[in-house]
Amino acid sequence: MTAALRFDPIRLPEKCEQLRKEVRAFLAEEIAAGTFDPYAPNREDNDAPEFSRRVGAKGWLGMTWPKKYGGQERSFLERYVVTEEMRVANAPTRRFFVADRQSGPVLLKYAPEHIKMDILPRICRGEVCFAIGMSEPNSGSDLFAAKTRATKTDGGYLINGTKIWTSSAHIADYMIAIFRTSPPTKENRRHGLTQFLVKMKQPGIQVNPIGQITGQFEFNEVVFTDYFVPDDHVLGEVDGAWKQATSELAYERSGPERFLETYYVLTELVRAVGKNPDTRSAEGIGRLVAQVHTMRRMSVSVAGMLQAGKEPVVEASIVKDIGTVWEQQLPHRVRDLAAFVEETATNRETLEKQLDFAIKTAPKLTIQGGTTEVLRGIIARGLGLR
Amino acid sequence: MAESENIVAETAEKIFADLADAQTINHDKQGAWKAPLWQALTEAGLPLSWVPDDLGGSGASLAEGFAVLNVAGRHAIAVPLAETMLAGWLLTQGKIASPEGEMTVVPASPKDRVTLAADGSLSGRARGVPFAKDAKHFAVLADGKDGVSIALVDAAKCRIESGTGLGGDHSDTVTLDKVQPVSIKPASKGFNQTTLMLMGGVVRSLQIAGALESMLDISVRYSNERVAFEKKISKFQAVQHNLARLAGESAAALAAATSAADSIVSAKSLDTDAVFLEAASAKIRCSEAAEKGSAIAHQVHGAIGFTIEHILHRYSLRALAWRDDFGSESHWAVELGKLVAIRGADELWPLVASR
Repeated sequence: MTAALRFDPIRLPEKCEQLRKEVRAFLAEEIAAGTFDPYAPNREDNDAPEFSRRVGAKGWLGMTWPKKYGGQERSFLERYVVTEEMRVANAPTRRFFVADRQSGPVLLKYAPEHIKMDILPRICRGEVCFAIGMSEPNSGSDLFAAKTRATKTDGGYLINGTKIWTSSAHIADYMIAIFRTSPPTKENRRHGLTQFLVKMKQPGIQVNPIGQITGQFEFNEVVFTDYFVPDDHVLGEVDGAWKQATSELAYERSGPERFLETYYVLTELVRAVGKNPDTRSAEGIGRLVAQVHTMRRMSVSVAGMLQAGKEPVVEASIVKDIGTVWEQQLPHRVRDLAAFVEETATNRETLEKQLDFAIKTAPKLTIQGGTTEVLRGIIARGLGLR
Repeated sequence: MAESENIVAETAEKIFADLADAQTINHDKQGAWKAPLWQALTEAGLPLSWVPDDLGGSGASLAEGFAVLNVAGRHAIAVPLAETMLAGWLLTQGKIASPEGEMTVVPASPKDRVTLAADGSLSGRARGVPFAKDAKHFAVLADGKDGVSIALVDAAKCRIESGTGLGGDHSDTVTLDKVQPVSIKPASKGFNQTTLMLMGGVVRSLQIAGALESMLDISVRYSNERVAFEKKISKFQAVQHNLARLAGESAAALAAATSAADSIVSAKSLDTDAVFLEAASAKIRCSEAAEKGSAIAHQVHGAIGFTIEHILHRYSLRALAWRDDFGSESHWAVELGKLVAIRGADELWPLVASR
């Protein structure tokens, strides 16, 4: 066989179900207390620092990390349950989501001990927000074209340049970014970039918000001017960031957030059609449910492989490719069916508002965190075509 | 996959590799390969995998049988292995011993019904019954006034109008006109035609997933051989992206089908919303993948893949044909949609998350 893709039918272990109940009960309390509105899917706008701390107090941030850093040493499948329940409830996760999914694991692997001891427990308590500094005005998908310089100076580096499309930079306490420490070599154009931990909200960093087509201000331009980063904030090998990027990406690509981003419109459509749908509505809903169930089974399968210590890079890329395309199309398919919903449906207005928002959100889903084109290139390489 | 599943599936794989090579079959217009293949499968106990020893079978587990079906799909097998396995499974549900030889199930569509009369005879008409013309016996599910029964019927006592499915295999109309069964037993409580259709749907889903794996395999291989515009077509980004999408469809089919099979293996009862979600979803998603995936496989192959001489159609047309058996994706989508609607909006996520 050319490509032995594995998607074994992995099930979440029994202990996940108790956890799921706890998460649902917690979210129900938060909704009742008015922390967020589950029918208003604008979690990007809702910076809820107190909610973030309460999630941390539950032990649901950094839950797979070692206890000495504030973690719980629980499994990735347990983390999966927390993530998917928060997504489906439209909980305001922006303040902790990046730190929990990506930045914490990078620090765990590459940061010196004193930094781990300082920052990781604060992530677990829901106190700090992270941003990721990858894209630049002239380098998006082509990560290795990054030009923002880190110039060696006494005891550290001086940063000059601009990062862009940086989500949550305006509220972030830290950023993990790649900067150019050396020019690329003839043999390896990926050489010369280094990963750094950057403390935000300091002189030398200017954050300029950028409006999005949804009306939100969620991503930013971040300008560095002679900004000093100490030596111990280098994460991993100098000039060798390209070696570090790949293994974490499987986590980033295959989680529930890669197909549940617009899921709320499906729930609301089911509510609007009621108990006795006509044939067309029933057929349309049935297909969408079959598709989301399949996506989830694929995503859980990858989570299980990751938990077992495997590196399902191609499988994870497949999940993100078809998952994001699906969640992008979902509001349009729901709109097709919503055309036949009775005028008298009690949630008609909610559904229409959600559809407006989801349709505006949809274009970004196949761009952020690795475009469809990049992912298909990775899959093609896995198939032996490159 | 457990080790025992591997052993049974590997046995099947070896038989198919030895006796059902796609090139050889494709050039053998007389069908001379069929008898030796069926004999080897029978000697290995595969057609009656799901029948326990005391009912005449080889007593393999459900999981082992499902693994064999995935392999059979990869080889787009054109003998009634899946059908005989399913028939043996159905007879076993009624504690009826399975005979030797090819079997299939009646009815094979949720729309058709066979009824049991007071005199013990069976009547009804079933369309699109796979391999009916090749079968010696039918495993029949019938409705009577006292509920659902399972029967073993001699094929020679039924009228069979020959037909051909998309894949070139027999897909026939079977008419029972007051036929006395060889044996008949009541089905256990909760077992009905929907149960049979869901099980049949999972069987077909695994076969479709297998066929898609092969379509991906031969399409990748072809793209690495075929040269156009002075380079291998696998080097063109448009071709790469098409093949990446085919991999995605193949992966989705595999995940949906193996998940549904696993849900049946571990279910205490097949009459639950969870099994319904899994099995109906598998048939829906695998059928969608068959359409998208076979279109890409043909696109990559160009004109050569459209010829009868090339093996691609063995997989592509069967994957498309299998969509129709035991309820199409349209049928299951309506049924699943109705189930979701009755449960209500706030019970949708809990159902999905329970799997």
